[in-house]
Amino acid sequence: MPASASDPYDLAVIGAGSAGLAGAVTAAELGLSVALLDSSPQTGGQFYRHPAQAIGAVRPEALHHDWPAFAELRRRLERSEVRHLSGHHVWAVTKENGDGKGNGERKGDGERKERGDVWAVHAVTGADGAEGQPVRVRARAVLLATGAYERQLPFPGWTLPGVVGAGGAQAMLKSGLVLPGKRIVVAGSGPLLLAVASSLAAAGAQVPAVIEASGYLGYARHPRALAANPQKLVEAAVHGAALLRHRVRLRTRSAVTEVHGTDRVEAVTVTRLDRDWRPVRGTGRRIACDALAVGHGLAPQIELATALGCATRPTADGTTALALGGLQETSVPGVWAAGETGGIGGAQLARAEGELAGTAVAAGLYGRPYREGRIRALQRRRDRMRGFAEAMAARHAPAAGWTDWLTDATDVCRCEEVTAGRIREAVTDLGASDAHTVKLLTRAGMGWCQGRMCGTAAVCLAAGEGQLRRAVEPPAERRPFAVPVPLSALASLDEPTGTRPDTAPGTDH
Amino acid sequence: MARTPAELVGANPGPAFEITMDGRPVTALPGQSVAAALWSAGILAWRTTRTTGRPRGAFCGIGQCYDCLATINGEPNRRACLVPARPGDVIITQEGHGHARIGV
Repeated sequence: MPASASDPYDLAVIGAGSAGLAGAVTAAELGLSVALLDSSPQTGGQFYRHPAQAIGAVRPEALHHDWPAFAELRRRLERSEVRHLSGHHVWAVTKENGDGKGNGERKGDGERKERGDVWAVHAVTGADGAEGQPVRVRARAVLLATGAYERQLPFPGWTLPGVVGAGGAQAMLKSGLVLPGKRIVVAGSGPLLLAVASSLAAAGAQVPAVIEASGYLGYARHPRALAANPQKLVEAAVHGAALLRHRVRLRTRSAVTEVHGTDRVEAVTVTRLDRDWRPVRGTGRRIACDALAVGHGLAPQIELATALGCATRPTADGTTALALGGLQETSVPGVWAAGETGGIGGAQLARAEGELAGTAVAAGLYGRPYREGRIRALQRRRDRMRGFAEAMAARHAPAAGWTDWLTDATDVCRCEEVTAGRIREAVTDLGASDAHTVKLLTRAGMGWCQGRMCGTAAVCLAAGEGQLRRAVEPPAERRPFAVPVPLSALASLDEPTGTRPDTAPGTDH
Repeated sequence: MARTPAELVGANPGPAFEITMDGRPVTALPGQSVAAALWSAGILAWRTTRTTGRPRGAFCGIGQCYDCLATINGEPNRRACLVPARPGDVIITQEGHGHARIGV
């Protein structure tokens, strides 16, 4: 806790998944006052998403890999002074008293910085952000651990009920113990598909096939990254064995190119792909199913960071991640990031980065002893795991030919119901050559989800079909709001200080 | 081998309760979201789109895609995958932007 209720926290951590939890408990154990904000009612993020207490699950770990690592972080959180603010949907981080020049000089060893920037973390509260009061949490440093969301590539029929995100099916299973159907095809690209298929099968679903657009043999081209990360091989072997046990067939270099059914899924057509992910004519095979779980890997969730002006970098699979320094610092002084925000790499990497960031914030901002040995060890672990993640990402990058799946009638933007035909028209007839112009002309990406679902597709179509060897995600645009915010929350920002709906540290909301 | 997700994790929930979906009773477990309760009743769609009136339901499952918007207890545009089900909840299919009744 800060010394008095009007003091800002030393550190606000946004996101209570593996990275945020590790960062928060590490910083708190080093003596910092820490607020940990997360939209969910529980800690764990997406990877360790688990049923609410009321479900009374005695074996939540049955749906998770490496549950003990999370259980340990949770124990440390319970023992700590970290203030866990659940149900907080952060929509912006702003500098409160900044001069725009960042944090300035670091003071001498052991001396606590009395001046410097204070950040305001703005959140709406409640289960979906629509129930509670808007709040503002103040802190001298911010750690962004906002995780990732699933990347989607559209295809004919993907808006039909019964087609769900692969990560979405996993999330609904982990938290609500439900399945979207009895016979579920899993499709898309990326290692998550195997994990999803094995949990769906373990939970009683029939999984006739896993359809992977790339070829897994490509991993063999990265023997060094694999040899350095034996735990990843173990994980793959566990999923592989589970799939064998449940008689799930893995079909590589293939994609679902059509979903059949009027009001819900009745079957899918699976087609072979060439090296550029173009469907091979005449190879379509129909598989009967009542649900399809689909996804093309994960994309870093970095809106809060890009709105602050944090520098980004392109990743090997065509997404945009934050560009981070050796101690997890972003290009904006006072703002750190850990986990998937810096590039997709999994829970283990996120833990290492969270601990590194927590240690670095404590040392850099507050002069806590710089635990050099520990920091070096964490950095080595991080670099090894990042190497593996990049090698995997490169294998699952969508190849340019995937847009051949789209008919002109296929909805690309789910929110605004913008078809591929209208986007193609904007590109070929109206001269749009980037996703932003496509958005202005067609409304693709302008809806509720702010382009999270259709962004990749819009970029690929705008770039001109077949011209790119690899699809590239746009640098995330600066969006003033990371989540939809009621006007009342914005109006309350203009009220005089003192009556602002702040979360005074130490009070409940 | 587990036949249901609940068996897999050894769930021992509190007493089930009832909510309604367009007037039809649906059983929910304490701790389930509205979307989870609807899925367990085999209901996959609870919204129609603004332009073409097509059915939609939960897609991303984590509150990011806004496809699962429903009218819950009279309030439109609630994300059913995030909102916990509570006894007696009245869920109705959200048509379009959900504000037709107030003439917007």
